Amino acid sequence: MCGGSRFLDVGPEYNPGLVSLIPRLICAGGSLSGQLFQAMRQSIIDGASDTAAELAQQALAIGVDPLEAVNQGFAAGITFAGDQFGCGQMFLPDLLASAEAMKAAINILEPEMLKRGSQREALGKIILGTARGDIHDIGKNLVATILSASGFQIFDLGTSVTPEEFVAKAKEVDADIVGISALLTTTMAGQKAVIEALDRNGLRPRVKAIIGGAAVTQKWAAEIGADGYSRNAIDALELAKNLMSKVMNKGTAQA
Amino acid sequence: MRPRIQLLTPELIGRILCEAFELLMSPGVRVGSAPVVELLRSAGVEVNDGVARVPEQLVRNCMASAPRDFNLYNRSGEKAVHYGGDDVHFDPGSCCVQMLDPDTLEARPSETRDLVRLIQVTESLPQFAAQSTAVVCNDAPSAIGDLYRLLVVLQHSHKPVVTGSFSAAGLQGMIDLLAADSGSQDNLRKKPRAVFDVCPSPPLNWSEFGSHNLLELARAGVPAEIVSMPLAGGTAPVTLVGSVTQHAAEVLAGITLHQLAGPGSPVVWGGAPAIFDMRTGGAPMGAVETAMLNMACAEVGKHLGLPTHGYLVATDSKFVDAQAGAESARSAMLGALTGINMISGAGMLESLACHSVEKLVIDAESIASAYRLVRGVETRGATLATAMFAQTGLSGEFLKLKETRAHFRQEQHLPSPVIDRSARGSEPPSDAFTRARARVNELVSQYQKPSFPEDVLRKYQSIVEREADRAGVASALSGD
Repeated sequence: MCGGSRFLDVGPEYNPGLVSLIPRLICAGGSLSGQLFQAMRQSIIDGASDTAAELAQQALAIGVDPLEAVNQGFAAGITFAGDQFGCGQMFLPDLLASAEAMKAAINILEPEMLKRGSQREALGKIILGTARGDIHDIGKNLVATILSASGFQIFDLGTSVTPEEFVAKAKEVDADIVGISALLTTTMAGQKAVIEALDRNGLRPRVKAIIGGAAVTQKWAAEIGADGYSRNAIDALELAKNLMSKVMNKGTAQA
Repeated sequence: MRPRIQLLTPELIGRILCEAFELLMSPGVRVGSAPVVELLRSAGVEVNDGVARVPEQLVRNCMASAPRDFNLYNRSGEKAVHYGGDDVHFDPGSCCVQMLDPDTLEARPSETRDLVRLIQVTESLPQFAAQSTAVVCNDAPSAIGDLYRLLVVLQHSHKPVVTGSFSAAGLQGMIDLLAADSGSQDNLRKKPRAVFDVCPSPPLNWSEFGSHNLLELARAGVPAEIVSMPLAGGTAPVTLVGSVTQHAAEVLAGITLHQLAGPGSPVVWGGAPAIFDMRTGGAPMGAVETAMLNMACAEVGKHLGLPTHGYLVATDSKFVDAQAGAESARSAMLGALTGINMISGAGMLESLACHSVEKLVIDAESIASAYRLVRGVETRGATLATAMFAQTGLSGEFLKLKETRAHFRQEQHLPSPVIDRSARGSEPPSDAFTRARARVNELVSQYQKPSFPEDVLRKYQSIVEREADRAGVASALSGD
């Protein structure tokens, strides 16, 4: 995905005016779904929330399965955006706009998915918060946005969260992963406290603990026994996916 | 003529302050603690749901009571740092948890021996007017880590100290330690040896911890350096000027709190603003835009007639390499040309995550060059060149002239052996890092630890033991 082309430069089939063309495409009996899914993907890449919402509405109006719209249309955009970010073609504001557009589309499609009982299955349940004493949440918010847009169910506990609060929420929602963020070197000890509390309460190894923050390193993660660490929100997505595959495998093995 | 750089016009500074005052009213400033709310309400400020709307007139009254300049003193009670006017000083950056190991080139957790080495080198280099509590000592109990760092610095240095506490509870012990160093609380107030960095949280948030320490420092009369750190595009407007405006609002709010608690107490218009890296989400301290933010923020403070501080001479590189040299030297020059009173950051790598004593001695050379630059092109004697030509004619024998001998030390900065200007000879040439390592070893071997009267050491010990008990630490440490 890291070719020389700019992320805005997509195939010739894309037409920004597609939304208004949809009824005519239907009448003409054209290959609608391909075009529509392509437009959905592009609306996410463009970070165009209004267009994404409009396309979602159009899809419902013409009877496209909402789950298919997500999986084949919008989600492809998020994957593309993540890849482009990974190779330095897209930047954090682009990525956030893509995530927001994704949210706009899902908001439209969700009621119909619920009605059909075809709700998009969450990739996993993740609890996020910043360590006690740390009110810096920009990194944690980015991770929440990206993971949520990618299909994880996020429970964001906000800032300066105590180990007890992490544990209580993890039990309450039967979380798969707990993510603890700390910007300050002085609050990084709070990450360790959360991991210890998860251990004390017998939640690990079933619940995975991941950490992040400007001063956090792989070494620190190993030292405090975290299951993973990531440098940025996109790496956090990969990390969460990898950990979920371990959780799933384990579940299967135990079953 | 002293050369200077100005990024902002007076008109633009006027607009920045105008919008900063608007921000203080809407959206207002988040204030974290009950004592701060009480203090503000008693001054007639409206505080609802933890958000204060601070009117311009109150801010201006508070700014009027803040001193335009003050001094920090060394251990002998002599003036060593003048915060005010265009005076420029540098101190090593703080506070890291990692140290670059010069043998393995890996970052490892910093320990007491690293802090001592940093202090020893800083002590020997005239480029650093002050010490800083530069690294966390991971081998000391973290519950009193801030006090311990200060203890180590006080036991190894004569210079003033730029420091800060890690918690609200930790501040009093540090002030007591400084009072023991100065002889009494009153002496500390009259001749402060240290300045404390106190940080608001962007955007426009004076947290419980930050504001508590700001008020306590104001009441104790110990200088406070307000280090506002907007990240342009992340926690602040993406435009440089927008972030400078937010910085101004945060510092103005801080000065208001500070002066309400202790009118006339020394306070610094400081900062560590940076751009927000749109790839990594980090704060690139070596970026030229980060330097520009520091310069512009300081210009606003200087316009208001307040002492200033900035965070420069740091790099984002993980090694002491060409990037580290380029970024650090560039910002040292820019900071000096702006006339920032205290410039913190030297020695720091990896966007302030790691310290290197080898980088510190290289940065010292950049700082010396920056000092040379701001002295500008000076005139000496009645003529510029003709009097010297009258002696040499066309012989070209300037090396023999008494003027040459008299002036070359002022005209040229004579670098240490860290800077290579030698001709290629029989010895194989070395790189800057190798020379820096040798220089560090040389300075450390020449260093002499100051001696202390027994009673001062006993006072130190009793404060550390008291604080260790308070924090629930089993055994106290000497800091030696």
